[in-house]
Amino acid sequence: MEIGGIIAYLVSLAIMAGIYAVFCLGLNIQWGYTGLFNIGIAGFFCIGAYVSALITTPKPTGMYAHYVQQIFGLNLPFIFGLLGAAIACGIIAFLIGIPTLKLGEDYLAIATLGIAETFRLIFNNEHWLANGPRGLMGLPQPFQGLVDPKHYNYIYLIIIVIIMVVIYLSIERAIRSPWGRVLRAVREDEVSAGMSGKDIFRFKMQSLVFGAMVMGIGGALYAHYTKAISPDVFTPLYGTFIIWVMLMAGGSGNNKGAILGAYAVWGIWIGAKFMTDFLPYTLKARAPYIRFLLVMILLEIILIYRPQGLLGEEKKVSKLIE
Amino acid sequence: MAELIIYGIVLGSIISLGAIGLSLVYGIIRFANFAHGDFLTAGAYIALFLVTGVFSWIGIPDNTFGALSFGWQMVIAFPVSMAVVGCVAIALDRILYRKLRQKRSGAVMLAMSSLGAAFIIRMIILIIWGADSLFYRPGLMRPALELPLGIKIRPDQILILLIVFFLVGLLHLFLQNTKMGKAMRATADNMELALISGINTERIIIWTWGIGGALAAAGGILYGIDVQLHPYMGWNFLIPLFAATILGTIGNIYGALIGGLTIGIAQQVSTAFLLPTYKLAVAFIIMILILLIRPKGIFGKD
Repeated sequence: MEIGGIIAYLVSLAIMAGIYAVFCLGLNIQWGYTGLFNIGIAGFFCIGAYVSALITTPKPTGMYAHYVQQIFGLNLPFIFGLLGAAIACGIIAFLIGIPTLKLGEDYLAIATLGIAETFRLIFNNEHWLANGPRGLMGLPQPFQGLVDPKHYNYIYLIIIVIIMVVIYLSIERAIRSPWGRVLRAVREDEVSAGMSGKDIFRFKMQSLVFGAMVMGIGGALYAHYTKAISPDVFTPLYGTFIIWVMLMAGGSGNNKGAILGAYAVWGIWIGAKFMTDFLPYTLKARAPYIRFLLVMILLEIILIYRPQGLLGEEKKVSKLIE
Repeated sequence: MAELIIYGIVLGSIISLGAIGLSLVYGIIRFANFAHGDFLTAGAYIALFLVTGVFSWIGIPDNTFGALSFGWQMVIAFPVSMAVVGCVAIALDRILYRKLRQKRSGAVMLAMSSLGAAFIIRMIILIIWGADSLFYRPGLMRPALELPLGIKIRPDQILILLIVFFLVGLLHLFLQNTKMGKAMRATADNMELALISGINTERIIIWTWGIGGALAAAGGILYGIDVQLHPYMGWNFLIPLFAATILGTIGNIYGALIGGLTIGIAQQVSTAFLLPTYKLAVAFIIMILILLIRPKGIFGKD
């Protein structure tokens, strides 16, 4: 491979890791700062991607409508896709929060897991909704006509980085505000936060919805990068657990750690792909399972030996206090 | 409809085996064990390994009993697989969860660790057996018996029900009459009081994992006999297991039995109106309804 090819490959890796970094930032709001155990990230991933796809593509007409069914198609610009994805995920998170946030932390986990599996089933089986298992194709990309399609990824990388930085700064800002301090108080000790007159349920709900909206944006970014989505993408492994490993590795409760973890674990994941290329032929077909096995063992090691991750949480909330 | 209810009882009895173990672990060790579904898968595949691999090799005959679809091979493989998965569950506790308990990590960290363990089990199964559906005995479907009301039931399914109720009965006797069983109930009821009374919790934890793992393995094998084996079979049971556990009140094994049967019947009856692939969603909706109406389950004290 000549230099240009290598750079193009690295750019595609950086885009994917950047999309995962957005998910890690969303999860960091929920888990890192509030202690909400969401193991259905794949559900928000799925909703974000599909909603954005439906908003930005036109409803198929003529012959094409025989092959592709979708409930609506608004043909609006990319930015509306992002907003729609965020709003849809926020609403779903709100609905999940109502029955679960007043109960123990495990209940939210089970419910989010269930909602992720349920959405995948619905998109797989309901052809009228978004074309069933074949999914949607030909999603538009922002600033598409500006450069040669060969070099388009550079533009998309810039878009991803801008969105990532905006999300990063807004979370940092929110977490350092009084609101963010309440979230941490809720995480550390619900009872004393409640005794200080804070409405625990409301703060947890705000954190759940905020995190889910960020995840929705991540799902939309993914959809417009690959230009084609189908329900089998949003599995628990690719859609949820790799993101957990990223956040735990990078450091939960630290936004820089969330981004670092996404890039580091994605690097390991791709590196392991090169390693499994050396496997004997019979094992090659099972290489993805071997890679996931290694990633899961990595998670267990982190949980036992370094639960704070690479970068631990910064306990200091302001530069002005010692 | 009557037929669907009968099939629901068969499915529900398998869910119950898993839910009882999950409920015990949840009640005694105090965390949501997300690897429980994969214990079912592990049990089914270990039995498959014994039946299709080891036993044919050492020359145990593979003829079947009368109208049933299995023979001596399965009779031996069944308890061996239960014991192996019981040991796997104990080993996971020794390697992972005990370390986290000693570090005073929260219940959520334990739950996450169990989620990792679930994937480790499943990936090992996928690496060895691949992603296709498998059968203990490919090909032949045994003829069904005709019962009144037009109910068709296979002899295997009747035996599944008998095995489940035998195992639950055995567990009942164990919990009511042995010292360890009483200690387990006491711990599930009130951990602090049990500790003060000098109950050795580490031993109880080992027994709980052993029993939970063995029952899950039994459930997995029975599902394999009734339907098929698939690496994701246990994962698809996870939501029904939690629904059954929560419905029957966490820590209450009789509740888990009733919860399992309820979820199983609801799942099968739903196939009269919905696509069968929505079974999992049906269990999920029931769980959400319970959380809204009665989060502590039918036997919960308010």
